[in-house]
Amino acid sequence: MIKLDSKIPEGLVAEKWDNYKAHQNLVNPSNKRKLDIIVVGTGLAGGAAAASFGELGFKVKVFCYQDSPRRAHSIAAQGGINAAKNYPNDGDSIYRLFYDTVKGGDYRAREANVFRLAQVSNDIIDQCVAQGVPFAREYGGLLSNRSFGGAQVSRTFYARGQTGQQLLLGAYGALNRQIHLGTVEMHNRTEMMDIVIVDGKTRGIVTRNLVTGEIKAHFAHAVVLATGGYGNVFFLSTNAMGSNGSAAWKAYKKGAFFANPCFVQIHPTCIPVHGDFQSKLTLMSESLRNDGRIWTPKKKEDAEAIRAGKKKPTDLSEDEKDYYLERRYPAFGNLVPRDVASRAAKERCDSGYGVGTGQAVYLDFKTSIERLGEKVIADRYGNLFQMYEKIVDENPYKTPMMIYPAIHYTMGGTWVDYELQTTIKGLFSTGEANFSDHGANRLGASALMQGLADGYFVIPYTIQNFLADEIHTPRMNPNEVKEFIEAKEAVVAHVNKLMSVNGNRSVDSIHKELGHIMWDYVGMARNKEGLNTAIEKLIALRKEFWKNVKVPGTSEGLNIELEKANRVADFIELGELMARDALHREESCGGHFREEHQTTEGEAMRNDQDFTYVAAWEYKGIDNLPELHKEELKYEAIEVKVRNYK
Amino acid sequence: MDLKLKIWRQKDAKAKGQFELYSLNNITKDSSFLEMMDVLNEQLLSQGIEPVAFDHDCREGICGMCSLFINGRAHGPDTEITTCQLHMRKFKDGETITVEPWRSNGFPIIKDLMVDRTAYDKILQAGGYVSVNTGGVPDANAIPISKEVADEAMDAATCIGCGACVATCKNSSAMLFVSNKVSQLALLPQGKAEASRRAKAMVSKMDELGFGNCTNTGACEVECPKGISISHIARLNREFLMATAKE
Repeated sequence: MIKLDSKIPEGLVAEKWDNYKAHQNLVNPSNKRKLDIIVVGTGLAGGAAAASFGELGFKVKVFCYQDSPRRAHSIAAQGGINAAKNYPNDGDSIYRLFYDTVKGGDYRAREANVFRLAQVSNDIIDQCVAQGVPFAREYGGLLSNRSFGGAQVSRTFYARGQTGQQLLLGAYGALNRQIHLGTVEMHNRTEMMDIVIVDGKTRGIVTRNLVTGEIKAHFAHAVVLATGGYGNVFFLSTNAMGSNGSAAWKAYKKGAFFANPCFVQIHPTCIPVHGDFQSKLTLMSESLRNDGRIWTPKKKEDAEAIRAGKKKPTDLSEDEKDYYLERRYPAFGNLVPRDVASRAAKERCDSGYGVGTGQAVYLDFKTSIERLGEKVIADRYGNLFQMYEKIVDENPYKTPMMIYPAIHYTMGGTWVDYELQTTIKGLFSTGEANFSDHGANRLGASALMQGLADGYFVIPYTIQNFLADEIHTPRMNPNEVKEFIEAKEAVVAHVNKLMSVNGNRSVDSIHKELGHIMWDYVGMARNKEGLNTAIEKLIALRKEFWKNVKVPGTSEGLNIELEKANRVADFIELGELMARDALHREESCGGHFREEHQTTEGEAMRNDQDFTYVAAWEYKGIDNLPELHKEELKYEAIEVKVRNYK
Repeated sequence: MDLKLKIWRQKDAKAKGQFELYSLNNITKDSSFLEMMDVLNEQLLSQGIEPVAFDHDCREGICGMCSLFINGRAHGPDTEITTCQLHMRKFKDGETITVEPWRSNGFPIIKDLMVDRTAYDKILQAGGYVSVNTGGVPDANAIPISKEVADEAMDAATCIGCGACVATCKNSSAMLFVSNKVSQLALLPQGKAEASRRAKAMVSKMDELGFGNCTNTGACEVECPKGISISHIARLNREFLMATAKE
């Protein structure tokens, strides 16, 4: 049995990263030119990594499925990016950012990784400013900060409600510069279909050109996955339509362990579901909780009257509103972490206090508008208010927004060690695609931080520790090496298999069914019986897919249904692993809430004695159960406590 | 709502395209335009007709991938919006809606409503960045930047690279797109050092890729989903003149 080695360096937690860098192997400049790196995905992690590799002198090939690297879904992140700069002088420090992140993750993240993340967070802000990222500023000309959930300091840097866009365009600029200089070769509208392993090491990938349909193998000395999360397993999520888990899933089936798949983040402030034809859910930034107050009616009659259209939210007086987050969690109020806020909204709606369709609560700016004026609120959130109005056709300056939790982010992902290397040598995983930094729940404004930390400041170092031993490995010709030829043939066969089912169900109809199973049984609240039902249903759905899916057209040329079918086939299998992971984890922690494990007040109850570990699953074949490997989590710098936001 | 859809169908870049007419019933006014297109595609699939190919991804107006010319307007009949944010309540029951791809020499059609916008990437590759490597940069607060300047840079930086400005311009000019990046980086002290060089490199790449000249009609500003002002074109012209004057 493979033993997981997380390769955490020696020393105190604050010294580990310095120790690592002091002793790691590096590649000298003349050898860097002889080494090839493939990066899959061009979001914050992939874009930043590829640009940095190019600057260092490696030969880089980058792939994305979108028509341009600038469109990766990092672009949609709204609220901000955390860093421990302590510019507001409100008591922040690297340790506090580290502590908040571990606590926010409900003590299921790896201490050493999180500390490193907090350490490099400040470098990220410096880097972005140097690239010309137009962060918000105060009149004195210095950078402005705001607050996010799970923190008592203001450490979030932002660019209106478009922080992800601006950070990504910064990384995209750096990437463009390397493309111009010839160190990076860009392949857009190209999907990774599998990895290629030669003598136990990852040596490349097989891709499908989404425009021509051409299937091709590419060599590299190392491959970096930066392919984002798998929230679209649920069909409806805040992810982009094309966001998918296929790269991570293909790697899993080739031997890369998949860690904590059941840790999914449900974001509390999204525009509620309104109909069956709906294709995606839109997030309203967590930053809104700085000035917006969340409530439902105090009386059930009022909730019923509002649902029936007989009353409006503005008809209710202050003492008829229940600001339930402020009531339950006075210390953090509306800024409790996402998992806590989501569950509280579900509790209110399930108890009959929901508004709209019954699956919605209010996010109200009335108090803040009275206090600060409409102009200040428009300055802070103008584009979000505009977006809300375009979608819902209601003016949030006049009437409270309606929100409900939705699938947003996946903390789980490919298992990686401290160097971000997976269990397959030469295969690395970064950003949302890996599992490492957020434990069972991610704090707001930490995804951008982790993506850029991995891409700019971690993997450019750690990959060299691997590549230093590869300077004698000559480049391989994918057309001549057996493993590449076989991998390519397997992909062709897979595509042909998808084309040849020729059933009578559209890919989307199967994907929607998958989404319903996942949301009903593997969503915000889970229990043993439901998870067992989910597994049965998912196995049946997998069979249904391969018996009844319909992919029209041909495998040559552009075929959108084929693209979707390839992704949905993987989503169904991934959903099953998520259910199995959720079933085995007999505790509630972070985004994973097992109904059997809660306090009398409905708070999540962890089981530290039995579950203080990372669950890393090994693929054993489609009809066999995956094998569980445990990476025990040791907390040396932080005392593990019950999370308390009261 | 019941609708008639007149949609541009084109097999691939080389094929000759034509409009096809489809009927679609029972669309709710609260669905987005692209959700309506999803319903159409499901219907076509069930009829054994290949679905209509169109670009889209985030469906929240920020990735810039969606790109439809609807009833003669880029991103359809609403302002400061992308196609994915457009909702059916903006249309009338029984209406015939015409849907075309972006049409510009700079953006060749790939299939149906999908176009190739890699020309935009190429323009930015020519110089749309600050030439700094990762690491070794000064503290983020080392250089104060006035709020007004930072805000104006941000106004320019909100460009999503969708191509509506080109699609809507009678000359297929990419000046608004180019000016956004030039202006953003020329305003900020970090980008000033190479501002003229950047303007010259990007304009020359734009010309090379077959985009037309700007004749100040201002249509781009009207259709820009992010409401970016053509005042940035003035700043681009200034930077460009400075660059050529130096020679």
